Amino acid sequence: MVQAIVFLPLLGFLIAGLFGRVLGARPSELITTGFLIVGAVLSWIVFFDVGFGRGAYTVQLASWMRSGGLVVDWSLRIDTLTAVMLVVVNSVSALVHLYSIGYMHEDPSRPRFFGYLSLFTFAMLMLVTADNLVQMFFGWEGVGLASYLLIGFWYEKPSATAAAMKAFIVNRVGDFGFMLGIFLVFVLSGSVGFDAIFAKVASFSGLKFHFLGTDWNAVTLACLLLFLGAMGKSAQFLLHTWLPDAMEGPTPVSALIHAATMVTAGVFMVARLSPLFEASPDALAVVMFIGATTAFFAGTIGLVQNDIKRVIAYSTCSQLGFMFAALGAGAYSAGVFHLFTHAFFKALLFLGAGSVIHAMHHEQDIRRMGGLFSKIPFTGAMMLIGTLALTGFPFTAGYFSKDAIIESVYASHAGPWGYAFILLVITAGMTSFYSWRLFFKTFAGKPAAAHDDHGHAHAAHDDHAHGHDDHGHGHHEPHESPVVMLVPLAFLAFGALAAGIAFKEAFLGHGYEAFFKGALFTGKDNHVLHAMHEVPGWVVWSPTVMMVLGFALAWLFYIARPDLPVQLAQSHRLAYEFLLNKWYFDELYDFLFVRPAKALGRFLWKKGDGAVIDGLGPDGVSARVIDVTNAVVRLQTGYVYHYAFAMLIGVAAFVTWYMFGGAH
Amino acid sequence: MLDHLLSGLLLLPILGSLLILFTNGETEAGLRNIRWTALFATIATFVLSLVAWSRFDPTSANFQLVEQGAWLSDKILFKLGVDGFSMPFIMLTTFLMPFCIVASWVSVEKRVKEYMIAFLVLETLMIGVFAALDLVLFYLFFEAGLIPMFLIIGIWGGKRRIYASFKFFLYTLLGSLLMLVAIMAMYWTAQTTDIPSLLAHKFPANMQTWLWLAFFASFAVKMPMWPVHTWLPDAHVEAPTAGSVILAAILLKMGGYGFIRFSIPMFPDASAYFAPFVFALSVIAIVYTSLVALMQEDIKKLIAYSSVAHMGFVTMGLFTLTPQGIQGAMFQMISHGLVSGALFLCVGVIYDRLHTREIAAYGGLVNRMPIYATVFMVFTMANVGLPGTSGFVGEFLTMLGAFRANTWVALIAATGVILSAAYALWLYARVVFGKLEKPELQKMDDLSPREMALLVPLVILTVWYGVQPNGILDVFAPSTEALLKSAQAAADAVVKTAAFAP
Repeated sequence: MVQAIVFLPLLGFLIAGLFGRVLGARPSELITTGFLIVGAVLSWIVFFDVGFGRGAYTVQLASWMRSGGLVVDWSLRIDTLTAVMLVVVNSVSALVHLYSIGYMHEDPSRPRFFGYLSLFTFAMLMLVTADNLVQMFFGWEGVGLASYLLIGFWYEKPSATAAAMKAFIVNRVGDFGFMLGIFLVFVLSGSVGFDAIFAKVASFSGLKFHFLGTDWNAVTLACLLLFLGAMGKSAQFLLHTWLPDAMEGPTPVSALIHAATMVTAGVFMVARLSPLFEASPDALAVVMFIGATTAFFAGTIGLVQNDIKRVIAYSTCSQLGFMFAALGAGAYSAGVFHLFTHAFFKALLFLGAGSVIHAMHHEQDIRRMGGLFSKIPFTGAMMLIGTLALTGFPFTAGYFSKDAIIESVYASHAGPWGYAFILLVITAGMTSFYSWRLFFKTFAGKPAAAHDDHGHAHAAHDDHAHGHDDHGHGHHEPHESPVVMLVPLAFLAFGALAAGIAFKEAFLGHGYEAFFKGALFTGKDNHVLHAMHEVPGWVVWSPTVMMVLGFALAWLFYIARPDLPVQLAQSHRLAYEFLLNKWYFDELYDFLFVRPAKALGRFLWKKGDGAVIDGLGPDGVSARVIDVTNAVVRLQTGYVYHYAFAMLIGVAAFVTWYMFGGAH
Repeated sequence: MLDHLLSGLLLLPILGSLLILFTNGETEAGLRNIRWTALFATIATFVLSLVAWSRFDPTSANFQLVEQGAWLSDKILFKLGVDGFSMPFIMLTTFLMPFCIVASWVSVEKRVKEYMIAFLVLETLMIGVFAALDLVLFYLFFEAGLIPMFLIIGIWGGKRRIYASFKFFLYTLLGSLLMLVAIMAMYWTAQTTDIPSLLAHKFPANMQTWLWLAFFASFAVKMPMWPVHTWLPDAHVEAPTAGSVILAAILLKMGGYGFIRFSIPMFPDASAYFAPFVFALSVIAIVYTSLVALMQEDIKKLIAYSSVAHMGFVTMGLFTLTPQGIQGAMFQMISHGLVSGALFLCVGVIYDRLHTREIAAYGGLVNRMPIYATVFMVFTMANVGLPGTSGFVGEFLTMLGAFRANTWVALIAATGVILSAAYALWLYARVVFGKLEKPELQKMDDLSPREMALLVPLVILTVWYGVQPNGILDVFAPSTEALLKSAQAAADAVVKTAAFAP
């Protein structure tokens, strides 16, 4: 059954990829979507079977690599953590496949699109079912490839191609750390298999390892290197720059890859390696610090962005920071729980945004929207649910998981918990503000300038639409999306409402032990899961208060006094520009890395290879040789060198024979 | 016949070339016959190598299929044999030769007869390098192999072919002469040129140093290692497609083969002594040539520079003297043979259509050539070492070995992972993605059946060996184990487990 879950998407990819042209678009869509729906149903069965039934097991598939002491297998590890991920990945993927049938219905290369989606799903499933670090790395880079292909799906847009490359390369910076981490873990434990590593953590947890001229605590170093990989994949602070650009991809891709699944791989990785991270308080402190910083940092940028997808993208980045903060507090299940609930409401928001964009004929700028609720009420209602869940409105999914994170960070009293707690609470307010800002500007108020100057707007996004421009059908009224796009929204909305209350006991409460059965490891000194239920009342209430404040402020700014934000932006020009330009990270990296690399490459090529090596080497020698030959005889044909060379070999052979053979 | 499998492998291509020699190359029918003869000869050689493969025991570290005959003297014999290190290279050679013939089917128009003869002779010589069990015999094959390559670049090459072949000549000459001196010195000391005996012979430490350096001069040029790599981009750029394929896939591997056959087992102490030196050159090569590749404007040059970077992983892996490092390096060579060969074939496909290698001349090919775009993507990903392709296995294992030997080396080498993604994807984006705007590209056709037949098997192998590399890794294992056992002391010196402070 697990094999079917993992390999059906691969089969779908192969069918759609190899025969899509022959089969046509509709059969490709139906086959890949059908496989994914089967996979999603099976995943839920596995989820209940493993989580509330018999527990973990492993399926051995084949051997991958053998070399000396290194043994790497292809195998599927199914425990509760994996089962949670299976449910998330396959449910969202199936719904996104279904949704895409509607969303992409005018695109000429739909078989390719669905093939890529299935390829992504396969790689993601290999990642979450991995039983060793190397197979995880396989899935890790595999999702990177699929993400690259899907971001660059509209390859005629230079911006899409550039964003795709950026995503792949920035992720490789993280993977660089991941690989070194794998090497160190192998050196420490002699294995790359999870069980073997975890069994030996105690034996190497006190060791010092000499790396880059300093003695490190071996476990801390391993965790930090691996965490660098997690930071890349999950777009954490410093390695986040690719995620907003990734919105160049079609919106269903953003929902599946850049909100619900792939970007949570880093969270999954840390949770999976919890026995390792538990052995290193320092590494956990770093995780919490980076997580809280990212949450805050991305939140500030989200406040001022005007592209509907980019607002949600920064929100994703920020929410991933929340998850890492929980992991850093040692509350792994709180992080995973937020991953689980976030997948529903964030995919919902993205698909809802896609429905809005679809309704607006590929308009993405929220300044050109407004008053859409009456035009597309179903989408509006779904977005409302998503917004409520994201902001943590009581009893929605986000309410349980996000509050649990803030409580656990407070309760951990470890690492930079004070810093993290304050930032996260502030961020909860910002989350509420930018979410409601987005909702109000899109759905509330009067229809904005969009329709007065629709011609202009249409022209502006022409390069965005790629082959969708025949979409207008001559009428410009926003229209509700087809049923095939609305059904997935309804499913996700159900998840966004119910996933929290349904599973909170299993993830965080009394059912924790029975549910996870050791899939998440907590050291014997780690009591955060108990302590978080006993934090002071003001801690429990703080995120809810912040949520209300954020809502009130957004109401004030965008409903009651729409002139206020404009004034504010003008009076604090610098701060506004700073946030609008995303803290100038792209410019900084361009200055620090991209330009120097290019300049250095050109320098080494022209000066290093050209002037120094060739100048002193062959060209210099040849110049001398030619001078000499010209003086002696005029040898005009270049072929002379060939004969000279052949002759030299002959002479060498002769000399050899003479000295070796002739002597005896 | 079955006792002389290896001589058979040497003989078959020569027979083919003799047949071609006596075929009339003036008429259209004659040219067709020449092409088919060459193809049949290379396929027959491949089939025979499969027979040899079936009789080869990959679990043994000994030399097998050994045959010997009288030659220059009673001490210098015509001795052939293979072990786990050499057999895969022979298979790679015989496997790729038919591809080269087919790749030249239409693109080579002048002097077809001589061209095919050069390739067949080259095949014999390359097989000879890997099968020779006598040092002098090895040297002859090793050096003689340059002549046909030299002619292939010099006669069928591009505009600056004379410069390229001359550069090629200057570099290799220097290395070869030093190696020849070293071979003589070894003969005088050990009184034999028999490779198995030399492997058992222990050279004094002082002498090892000098011998190692002399061999290094030759092999480093062949690899090529930084800073003696500058002949390679020029040679690749000027060589015809099939020439580039052979150059990248086989000829570069002779350097690595030389290290594993001679330098490391015969001079283990010197190898350990010089390991840091080799590491330094290797990681410089990885970073330096990756950066240079980033800025290239010529597709072939870019791939050539990336080859130098990939060979850096090989030398780094070999001198870690760890099982992962050595097996990874050997695997990397086989994988690079398939992948870089395929990449040059990919370049050849569009070169045949537009007759330029300039990156800026292309753009948006995916619109007209979707199958080509897919195939090129697979090899691009193999080139950047994506897990699931054969490119990953070698890089991963060599870096793992390097990490055990020296964390700095592994760290710097791992930056190659980032840089390779940058140059390879940028190349791909500029050639394949974007709008198809240039008018001369509007008529480009997708892969022909002949080109499909060339590239699809390589796609399958690249993915297959990425998922199931044990088929190759296991062949290297016994020889690696034996090598490390005999060079135990040296290996311990390189891998300082002292990385752990108490």
